[in-house]
Amino acid sequence: MPSLPDMTTPNLTALAGQALADSGHVQVPAPDAGQDALVEWLQRMGDNGLILGHRLSEWCGHGPALEEDIAIANQALDLIGQCRLWLGLAAEVEGRGRDADAFAYLRDAGAFRNLLLVELPNGDFGVTLMRQFLFDAFHVELLRALKASSDSRIADIAAKAEKEVAYHLERSADLVIRLGDGTDESHRRMQDALNRLWSYTGEMFLDDAVDQAMADSGIAPLPSSLKDAWDRTVAAVLDEATLARPADGWHHKGGKKGIHTEHLGYILAEMQFLQRAYPGARW
Amino acid sequence: MSGEWPLWEIFIRGQHGLNHRHVGSLHAPDAEMAIRNARDVYTRRNEGVSIWVVRSNDITASSPSEKGPLYDPSNSKVYRHPTFYDIPDEIGHM
Amino acid sequence: MYAQMVTSEGSKARKDMTPDETAFQDRIDRNEKIEPKEWMPDGYRKTLIRQIGQHAHSEIVGQLPEGNWITRAPTLERKAILLAKVQDEAGHGLYLYCAAETLGVSRDELLEALHSGKMKYSSIFNYPTLTWADMGAVGWLVDGAAIMNQVPLQRTSYGPYARAMVRICKEESFHQRQGYDIMMRMCAGTPEQKAMAQDALNRFWYPALMMFGPSDKDSVHSAQSMAWKIKMNTNDELRQKFVDQTVPQAEYLGLTVPDPDLAWNEDKGGHDFSEPDWSEFFAVIAGNGPCNAERLGARVKAWEDGAWFRDGLMAHAAKAGERARAARHAAE
Repeated sequence: MPSLPDMTTPNLTALAGQALADSGHVQVPAPDAGQDALVEWLQRMGDNGLILGHRLSEWCGHGPALEEDIAIANQALDLIGQCRLWLGLAAEVEGRGRDADAFAYLRDAGAFRNLLLVELPNGDFGVTLMRQFLFDAFHVELLRALKASSDSRIADIAAKAEKEVAYHLERSADLVIRLGDGTDESHRRMQDALNRLWSYTGEMFLDDAVDQAMADSGIAPLPSSLKDAWDRTVAAVLDEATLARPADGWHHKGGKKGIHTEHLGYILAEMQFLQRAYPGARW
Repeated sequence: MSGEWPLWEIFIRGQHGLNHRHVGSLHAPDAEMAIRNARDVYTRRNEGVSIWVVRSNDITASSPSEKGPLYDPSNSKVYRHPTFYDIPDEIGHM
Repeated sequence: MYAQMVTSEGSKARKDMTPDETAFQDRIDRNEKIEPKEWMPDGYRKTLIRQIGQHAHSEIVGQLPEGNWITRAPTLERKAILLAKVQDEAGHGLYLYCAAETLGVSRDELLEALHSGKMKYSSIFNYPTLTWADMGAVGWLVDGAAIMNQVPLQRTSYGPYARAMVRICKEESFHQRQGYDIMMRMCAGTPEQKAMAQDALNRFWYPALMMFGPSDKDSVHSAQSMAWKIKMNTNDELRQKFVDQTVPQAEYLGLTVPDPDLAWNEDKGGHDFSEPDWSEFFAVIAGNGPCNAERLGARVKAWEDGAWFRDGLMAHAAKAGERARAARHAAE
């Protein structure tokens, strides 16, 4: 056992902690790799909801029909509500005094963990709907699996979100079918949207070390395990919509690790403006 | 291709098992979408409600004298309720 | 108000009425509701279409100034609240268009009239929302002024309009409060936030007073609308009520109403206050307000960009209906 340093040493507490840890009495919490992975994974969940909800909210007041304007706002509200739950849990697990708003408003783009797909610009309403369908079909499978999570907090959030997202999928799948099998123009727009977005779908099913850690502890499924069900849903809907599934090829990735498209920076510049311009103010 | 989405009358039976009740109208291309739009517009997605939709043109009406509709606001979005906001007593009714 | 400057067909003295018109006026005087398929004077129908249509247009154009801040709302909760509120406005537009449709005009016809400039919407929505405090001021003042008008309209003589107003008033009850809640937070915040709140009040005070329209105490149009109970109070009555309600609320916030002549008048039991600049009001109504081009442009763009979507769904519904008929035919 090392001798205790004298009283003038500035980092006395740390040294004392180190001494205790060395002696086998672990009282200073060591960084927990499992907790870090969980916080990372919760941010992925929260950021998908936040960024997609933000994109959908851009349509409010600009939708193609009043009924659709209202429906899309409902989806945005669901996703923002889910994001508050996921990021709130991330903050709780992290235990450093942050809250969901701190995650949303005070991280820079490199710290965001959402899929690239959800940050892509809205495009025409066809791109928005196709993006929604491709994501919903994945999201619903993920949430269904999460209802059996070994972490009951996660299972609870998933159970609430799954009901909402099942309805999102019902809507987006039906609209893709109708517009794919509508007029020549609506068919062309939906096929264009599908072609444009296809190379962003692969990222949803990539497994990395964080996913593996979550799967090992029974918290979450491996993303790759959701691919078959997604493929079946997508194949059935595209078939009925008379749309051609693009060939699989190069897939964009990086969002889950914080390497984003240029678009995310602009989303955040807008979203975080007040928190950045008036640091510490309460709203 | 042009033409306005037809108008539908919306009837909702809430969770308490009362009769379906007329709550309003909306536009939709067909019955299935009218039901979905009704969920979004008139229930704000409350669970456990049954929705009927009828093309407005298909309704045969006597000289009408219906009572005003009643409805339940969504329970899941607390901020839609005025009591979510604390307004000081000094301000009076708002 | 949301339906400013609606002209009716001019009022008629009882002695000049036809028997139908007399019977109709008797029903209104007995507070009976008039329902869609019942007989009504042509002027009643036309005035209502204008008024309800203008009210509906105001709701959907009214989504835009607040929609302007949804993507910049400062917290997740504020974002959800604002989005829910602006979504409600779309719903209110929808209810009102449906009410107008019971009078024999289609929603598409009303929208075309809005897009061509033939029909108007409330002047207030042609003012810009420049800071987050404007979300507070719009909720507090604009919704506050709207409620003044909408609460009595729940008793209006036309059944579908009255029912739409009941639903709207019920949903809208949180709108003003969330606005005032924003103002309270800003006024209790940093000096910059308080200054933002004062600036928002400065910019929205007179436009809010204009919402009630110019004085109509001598207007024949207003007299007819009031006889028909599709207008329940004079513009001046509502404006006075609004000022009397709002002044103490501003005082509570520690904000100054931008009117040096504002003073309590014991004799009338209300405030004396300065009139807004009515030349500005008429300029805004005529299309020359700060945001007229953007607001109408955004509505027209949404409509035109959405045409393929609406048409695509109609085409699919026709195809699916055809297939279902063919299948039934084959089964028989």
